[in-house]
Amino acid sequence: MLRFLFTVVRRDVLLAARRRGDWLTAQFFFVIVVSMFPLGIGPEPGMLRTIGPGVVWVAALLASLLSLDRLFADDYRDGSLEQAMLSPCPMALLTLGKAIAHWVINGIPLLLIAPLLGIQFNLPAAALWILVLSLAIGTPILSLLGSIGAALTLGLRGGGALVTLLIMPLYVPALIFGAGAVEGVLSGSGSEAHLSLLGAFLVLSLLLAPWVSAMALKVSVE
Amino acid sequence: MPSMFSANELVCERGERLLFSNLGFDLSGGEALLVGGGNGRGKTSLLRILCGLSAPAAGTVRWRGEAIGRTRERYAREMAYLGHANGIKDDLSPMENLRIAAALNGRALDVAAATAALERIGLSRCLDLPARVLSFGQRRRVALAGLMTAGALLWILDEPLTGLDVEGVALVERMIRDHVVAGGLAVMTTHQPMTLDGLTPQTLSVGT
Amino acid sequence: MNLYHYASPSTFYPWAGKLIPWFAALALILAAAGLYIGFFVAPTDFQQGEGYRIIFIHVPAAWMSMFIYVVMAFWSAIGLAFNTRQSFVMARALAPTGAMFTFVALWTGALWGKPMWGAWWVWDARLTSELILLFLYVGVMALQAAIDDPRRADRAGALLNLVGVINVPVIYFSVKWWNTLHQGASVSLTRAPSMAQTMLWGMLIMALAAWMYTIAVALARARTLTLERERQSEWVRARLEGQP
Repeated sequence: MLRFLFTVVRRDVLLAARRRGDWLTAQFFFVIVVSMFPLGIGPEPGMLRTIGPGVVWVAALLASLLSLDRLFADDYRDGSLEQAMLSPCPMALLTLGKAIAHWVINGIPLLLIAPLLGIQFNLPAAALWILVLSLAIGTPILSLLGSIGAALTLGLRGGGALVTLLIMPLYVPALIFGAGAVEGVLSGSGSEAHLSLLGAFLVLSLLLAPWVSAMALKVSVE
Repeated sequence: MPSMFSANELVCERGERLLFSNLGFDLSGGEALLVGGGNGRGKTSLLRILCGLSAPAAGTVRWRGEAIGRTRERYAREMAYLGHANGIKDDLSPMENLRIAAALNGRALDVAAATAALERIGLSRCLDLPARVLSFGQRRRVALAGLMTAGALLWILDEPLTGLDVEGVALVERMIRDHVVAGGLAVMTTHQPMTLDGLTPQTLSVGT
Repeated sequence: MNLYHYASPSTFYPWAGKLIPWFAALALILAAAGLYIGFFVAPTDFQQGEGYRIIFIHVPAAWMSMFIYVVMAFWSAIGLAFNTRQSFVMARALAPTGAMFTFVALWTGALWGKPMWGAWWVWDARLTSELILLFLYVGVMALQAAIDDPRRADRAGALLNLVGVINVPVIYFSVKWWNTLHQGASVSLTRAPSMAQTMLWGMLIMALAAWMYTIAVALARARTLTLERERQSEWVRARLEGQP
């Protein structure tokens, strides 16, 4: 069972490594979206510090959505999704593995880039650390919930925009707790409560999302 | 001989259209079934129902006497499906493709056997090339090599001869024949005439 | 069993047809009574003046928007668990009405907010949750509209609906939490403790009217959907031929 999970993750990571161009696009998307905000709002440091956590978090949501519509679509097109679904292992493990792979490929790089962007927004060191921590807990949620949307919209016209429409509202708690944790540091009210709530939401997603997206895949492939 | 693989009173609907109804067959070890019928009659839909990818509107498919939904794990281990799409990743070499396919099926790949299968099917010169540079027929051959290494008892093949040259067709026909003669089962669709020396497959015609 | 009898489209269709006029009539009578109480009987609020009377529409609409989402999830769950096609039809028939009530709740909230808060839109916890609920409704409807195969559309919509219903409490809680941290508006739209008895009655009657309206409209929509889906079947053909 664990071997199966590991195979799914390793396979996707290997494929991403073979196609570095696609992978880099999503990371640069994140950087560019965040960098647009000061240009639109103005360089006043106090203002940037206030909006910084929210901007980085919203950009992280968008960046994860950008790569989500291809989560199952490529495998669907070349038939390897069918083969994986016919494996003797439970399908929820397949969707869990795909979500983990999505996080490894798209989530972990965000954690590394985020502090640099935080500096652009004039965030102090303590806030930078919490920003990374909140993204570390929060980005797996984005991949898990996103896998549901990707499975539901598999093979549909305009899949990308549709995934955004379906999944964005479900991301709201992650956004609030995640960005809130960083703001908590800035305002001095602390971030533990936010981070624990974010962690609870992660546990909930981890328990439910793989099953739901397995069911959604079954519905979509039929 | 006891029945291994059977279906009875299968009904399939696509959207509002009834594709077929009251379809059934009964196969034992060492038998093959050739599914016929024109385009759009539901041959592929039938095969997808048989392998468990989609559910029939009514009826049951049984493997070793049990409905396939209830014996899913065992059925998945003993069945191999080759669909229209090959299930081959363009960015991986044939060998990597076979290794991952095996691992997803819960098996470790026997490298010697896989090399032999790839050689037998005429891909000995392409072992390390990414599948992207292979031709359509060559990619089909990778998928067929995967079938040979899967060690499944039941083969469900959707148009296995598509895209193959004369020599490839003969190769696949021999492959299927050997599998069935050795006691395996095969269910397949094909538009081309298929000759399996010394075997008379059952036939089934799909369509309302 | 009886339930299965009603779950069959050919029984549902005429049966729903008979019920619709009753529910529609009840909705009209109750709405008339509720509006009369709301606009003429209920006393003027000494703080908020006459403007507060919009709550007789706003509050029932907001209640309904949430109820309908839960009822949809109920039908979705039944449909997925028992594979009953008519349940999916019910869930689907409810969605536009739910979205409509959500929109009405937002709109009347804005109308109320302008004189009270001096702004059309305030990021109040309830209004924000209501906005996200509207997104959830739109998501389900957009997904179903994008899928051609009705069987897949039903199931995909139902799954999304169930995920949404698990998420709604989390969203509501998170938005409330976010709101208190950011010191949003301190005035809330519903001020239950100081509400006069007649106000409460007015709102309850309006809510009941909204229920009746929802049932009537959902049944009518479900009838149309049923007819469309079953157009190949014997009973629909017999019915259509029987009519001039």
